[in-house]
Amino acid sequence: MTHHQLTENGQLKHFLTIEGLKRDLLTEIMDRAEQFSSISGRQVKKVPLLRGKTIMNLFFENSTRTRTTFELAAKRLSADVMNLNINTSATSKGESLLDTLHNLQAMHTDMFVVRHSQSGAAEFIAQHVAPHVSVINAGDGCHAHPTQAMLDMFTIRRHKQHFPDLRVAIVGDILHSRVARSQIQALSTLGVGEIRVIGPKTLLPADSQTLGVHVYHDMAAGLQDVDVIITLRLQFERMQGALLPSANEYFTSYGLTEDKLKLAKPDAIVMHPGPINRGVEIASTVADGPQSVILEQVTHGIAVRMAVMSMALGSHSEQQETSA
Amino acid sequence: MKLSIINGHLIDPANQVDAKQNLYLDNGRIMAIGQQPEGFIADQTIDASNLIVCPGLIELSAHLSESGQHHTASIASETKAAIKGGITSLCIPPDHDPIIDTPATVDLIEDQAAKAGHAHVYTIGALTQGLQGELLSEMLALKQAGCLGVSNGLNPIQNTLVLRRAMEYAATLDLTLFINAADPWLQSQGCIHEGMVSSRLGLGGIPEATETIAIARDISLIEQTGVSAHFHSISSGKTIGMIKDAQDRGLPITADVSPHHLHLSEHDIGNYDSLSHVMPPLRSTRDREQLQQAVRDGVITAISSHHRPLDNDAKLGPFAETKPGISGLESLLSLTLKLVEDEELSLQQAIANLTQHPAQILGIDAGHLSIGAQADICLINPHSESECQPEHFISTGKNSPFNGWHFNHDVAYTILNGNISYQKG
Repeated sequence: MTHHQLTENGQLKHFLTIEGLKRDLLTEIMDRAEQFSSISGRQVKKVPLLRGKTIMNLFFENSTRTRTTFELAAKRLSADVMNLNINTSATSKGESLLDTLHNLQAMHTDMFVVRHSQSGAAEFIAQHVAPHVSVINAGDGCHAHPTQAMLDMFTIRRHKQHFPDLRVAIVGDILHSRVARSQIQALSTLGVGEIRVIGPKTLLPADSQTLGVHVYHDMAAGLQDVDVIITLRLQFERMQGALLPSANEYFTSYGLTEDKLKLAKPDAIVMHPGPINRGVEIASTVADGPQSVILEQVTHGIAVRMAVMSMALGSHSEQQETSA
Repeated sequence: MKLSIINGHLIDPANQVDAKQNLYLDNGRIMAIGQQPEGFIADQTIDASNLIVCPGLIELSAHLSESGQHHTASIASETKAAIKGGITSLCIPPDHDPIIDTPATVDLIEDQAAKAGHAHVYTIGALTQGLQGELLSEMLALKQAGCLGVSNGLNPIQNTLVLRRAMEYAATLDLTLFINAADPWLQSQGCIHEGMVSSRLGLGGIPEATETIAIARDISLIEQTGVSAHFHSISSGKTIGMIKDAQDRGLPITADVSPHHLHLSEHDIGNYDSLSHVMPPLRSTRDREQLQQAVRDGVITAISSHHRPLDNDAKLGPFAETKPGISGLESLLSLTLKLVEDEELSLQQAIANLTQHPAQILGIDAGHLSIGAQADICLINPHSESECQPEHFISTGKNSPFNGWHFNHDVAYTILNGNISYQKG
């Protein structure tokens, strides 16, 4: 169903969702990211892999951090990058998403990095771009955020050797989280022993178990003996939709505190996709504590995005060579 | 015009006919069945040796032009599409553009339909003014203008007091109430069935309780007010038991289902296929099986396309931003008879659900082939081996998820008022 992300010879063409991708490919992304992460330590942080390529960051929804790391990643690969924040400006003029896309494509773009508030928007765009254009999903609605999931996997791999031995708990608003959906798929594909989701029923998707996870509503039970804890950001608008009574009560039940952290394995790592609401989903002492790898995640984001971008555009040039 | 249809396999569930019979039509009516009347000289004869001959189909709810849309669809184009689909009578729900809440609108539609002359067009009047759910419409005037019933269309009434009074008033006038059952609050956040697919795709879910709550409420009020009611487009297996229970208690309740709910499920949405975006949503495979069973058991007695022609732009976009609906007139017959091929339904039952039963639900004298009846007839080729090609639909709406489906049953001829109004090329 998701094979359209790959070229005929199995190379990455678009990166829209983790679903349907094989373990080898996820491993290849991480291996490449490992190579690129050494570049960041150098004096000259650039490689000429994507020289002459044009990448457009198409953000229909605000995000400073994700956009910045995509921009840095593209620049370190020597591509030309354009950032476009299309909040409502184009649509308010009555221009449809497709019109916007076709106009930008006419500027000889090689890759769109897309963030959109609607689930499925990246898939939709990928279906309608010209054959030579790649699409990277930088987050679509509540559906997927595959580069975030891969940088999380990369971070886990740096700390924990063998995925099948791991027990991973994802805590919080799974229902609205594209990050959680992509993480669950990546963890499953990499063969993680046990994936748990922890949250109140209002923030868990219907039939959660069909996603391949164990469901917990009690934090103490859910954190027992886990190797990795991923806390999710709680959006404040959740209080408006009668999903939660208050941030305070949420913190009492599901906020990650030092006491709760003790229930996990002693060497458990704590992750968060950011930006953090301190005192809502995580206590400052934990976020800044010795088990936290939250800032590492941000750093790894650049290398992982370099890996994905170079693989997606690399597969094209190979294609063109073979067809020439 | 004298027309004879000979050697056909006549299926007329209303008269319990299922045999090889000849039909003789004169002056828009059925003149004789079986023996050719003395002195009858046909102007034209159709040899129906390899065809099924049945009453023209009756569509319970076809949106022909929707309020607020740039409507490319018109009564002329859509009734022509109906005829191609073997449908000789169709009923327009009140959420039309303009809303059917005054006799003038009914007259306008009847006028446009008469000018087009492709199919018999009936209307359902608005239950409340402007479908706002607040003030009663002038139901007597609508009835006198020709409306066959009343409905609030796809705008569920939130205020139960208003609903109760509207039902009482409709019952006073002996008008059937047509209901699209949905709890507006539970429906508001979603665009597909709440279940494993909504969880996987990260799309807002519409829980099963959206339908069960509305139907439970409505059945209680139907029982109290004594109104006759028909539920449109049942989607959830759970509601079937509720409807059956109410029917067993003698309440005047009927229900229909769409061919897409009988053939598809949430899984057909695949990777955000907006052509499978419908309201009510496609539900689980279990629901689909239960709906098929309910048709076999006679709890649901009609199959209706719930036609909603949309232009291409309405289906182009991220899933939740696309408009729900399927252009269904031209695939209603083939999809229903596909259930016969799959041995889910008997041929007689399938045809009754498309002809006799919807006529009874609407209270119109149609859907049977009695002597003296209006000669609205559908001739079906049961060995057509055709392919569903929405781009070739006559309807302006090409929005169908059945593109490429293979059909064995297809319309060969449609006879309207004793005249051949469609013949498969």
